[in-house]
Amino acid sequence: MEVLVASAIGIMTAAGLYLVMRLRTFPVILGISLLTYAVNVFLFASGRLTVGAPPILTDAEVYADPLPQALVLTAIVISFGMTAVVVMISLGAYLGSNDDRVNDPKSDETEDVT
Amino acid sequence: MTHWIIAPVILPAILAPFIVLAARYHLNIQRVFSVVGILAQIAIAIGLLWVASDGTVILYQLGDWAAPFGIVLVGDRLSTMMVLLTAVLSLFVLMYAIGSGWDDRGRHFHALFQFQIMGIMGAFLTGDLFNLFVFFEVLLIASYGLMIHAGGNERLRAGVQYVLFNLLGSTLFLFALGAIYAEAGTLNMADLARRVTEIDASETVGIRVAAVLLLLVFAIKAALVPLHFWLPSSYAEAPGPVAALFAIMTKVGAYAIIRVYTIVFPPDLEVTSGLHDVWLQPAALISLALGMIGVLAAKKLDRLVTFAVIGSMGMVLVAISMFTPASIGAALYYIIHSTLAGAALFLIVDMVKDSRTSLVLRAMPPVAGASLTAALFFAAAIAMAGLPPLSGFIGKLLILDAAYDTDRLALIWTVILASSLIAIVGFGRAGSTVFWKAKAYATQEDQTAQPPNAMAYAAVMGLLAMSIALTAFGGFVHDFTLATADQLFNPEAYISTVVDTPGKLSTPSEGS
Repeated sequence: MEVLVASAIGIMTAAGLYLVMRLRTFPVILGISLLTYAVNVFLFASGRLTVGAPPILTDAEVYADPLPQALVLTAIVISFGMTAVVVMISLGAYLGSNDDRVNDPKSDETEDVT
Repeated sequence: MTHWIIAPVILPAILAPFIVLAARYHLNIQRVFSVVGILAQIAIAIGLLWVASDGTVILYQLGDWAAPFGIVLVGDRLSTMMVLLTAVLSLFVLMYAIGSGWDDRGRHFHALFQFQIMGIMGAFLTGDLFNLFVFFEVLLIASYGLMIHAGGNERLRAGVQYVLFNLLGSTLFLFALGAIYAEAGTLNMADLARRVTEIDASETVGIRVAAVLLLLVFAIKAALVPLHFWLPSSYAEAPGPVAALFAIMTKVGAYAIIRVYTIVFPPDLEVTSGLHDVWLQPAALISLALGMIGVLAAKKLDRLVTFAVIGSMGMVLVAISMFTPASIGAALYYIIHSTLAGAALFLIVDMVKDSRTSLVLRAMPPVAGASLTAALFFAAAIAMAGLPPLSGFIGKLLILDAAYDTDRLALIWTVILASSLIAIVGFGRAGSTVFWKAKAYATQEDQTAQPPNAMAYAAVMGLLAMSIALTAFGGFVHDFTLATADQLFNPEAYISTVVDTPGKLSTPSEGS
């Protein structure tokens, strides 16, 4: 299971990083989403991988660490909200200038300075 | 247990929804509530600073849960000083926003402003790393709204870059937190400080990675080269008062570096040795040099100020990276100074922008109200470049003095002094182009631009007056920052207050 979780995190991070370096907003947002999925799984794994154990401190010998689950929940809510915000802002930028590139347009500098 | 320490977070959290829900269509009511809220913040901040100034560590256990399990707010000298600085800065920024009418150019300015203050205050007061992440997100999500306030295509495009970069930063922060939790099993700063020293020397790989990741996250916030690329366009495109408020946001990064790398990973800790002198200091020196060269090279006035902010953050981080009590004391003094001076410059740029067709640095007809604006720019530029008699000079002198005993004396002095010279030339060139060469043009008859109103001027003058006060009471403030640094380098009181104070968990009650 360790191999499965670790490679899932690794592949999602790699794919996310690749997409983040694209020039248009849509792939970049997808890349950020993939990165947040990766980090959520990573946070989950930071409490060690346990199967079928209660996520609460009991008298039992084996239990799942409850804190990372709380952290992941917070992280999911925040990343969900943030993704919604960035989609709205980039939609606004796209509709306003009819261009969804992330970088600064070249004409911007030369036009003003000359 | 005093409840006042949570007031800086709770107060805006109550005011902001009230402003959105109840005072939605009444701008004047919004303004009144916003200003009253900030005035109350200042009063609370002064009170907290007064309590903490004798070295007391104020502890607040949310829900009365004891430290490693519950979330705690901690107020020591450093936190309360930053809270007061934020409150004072936000008062002047708010005055400017009201005076210049910026809050009327889009909706929900005051609500977002209050949420922004809430996030910043929380980030300064929290004693828990995950809670720090949450407050970072609160201040960021409010800043996204403020950044694109009043809209416009250029601003939205810069806003997209700003949001995306910060989302990446947040993801990196979560990776760092996950790595820390996996290694140490806690995210409470005081508890971490104890556990990190117990990690076996042969198993420090994970915690080393975590410490570097965390430093990267804070360096993104502090706009340290090479992680500064988000700053120039987003600060330049943000509305003037918002950019001025953002002057404190880069300091949140500097604060987090000071906090985490004195208490959790102190400079003498074996695990993270070399992090500050091998990596942080060269990056800080390059930031300082690059920022000030950017001041000289900038083609537009707003970009010039953003590069001055990068340079001043470089200066702060140069001082921080020496990690001696004297240098941290100097860095804290410089943080206060550069926040005030940077904010003043952003407000002045906004004044110039209002009556000039563009901010490109070439001669154009004079701006409305040119003589007073020029005088204020002159004063703010003197403060930012670090010339006497304003506070930048004292701050710079303290940093030079702190560098005197280090191995890199020659390097640090050369970079600081050379970059100051470059900054002076850069500001001189910009000021003379914008304000003096304008005399060659006759004032246009059809000029409709009004000079900035009295309240806007009062806000800028207030910020500069704070800079003068920082000079006049320099000895007093420096004594305080030295005491703060002393507290930071002797964290036992902080740690034992946080970890050893009993809460609900310590006294279980039978089946109620």
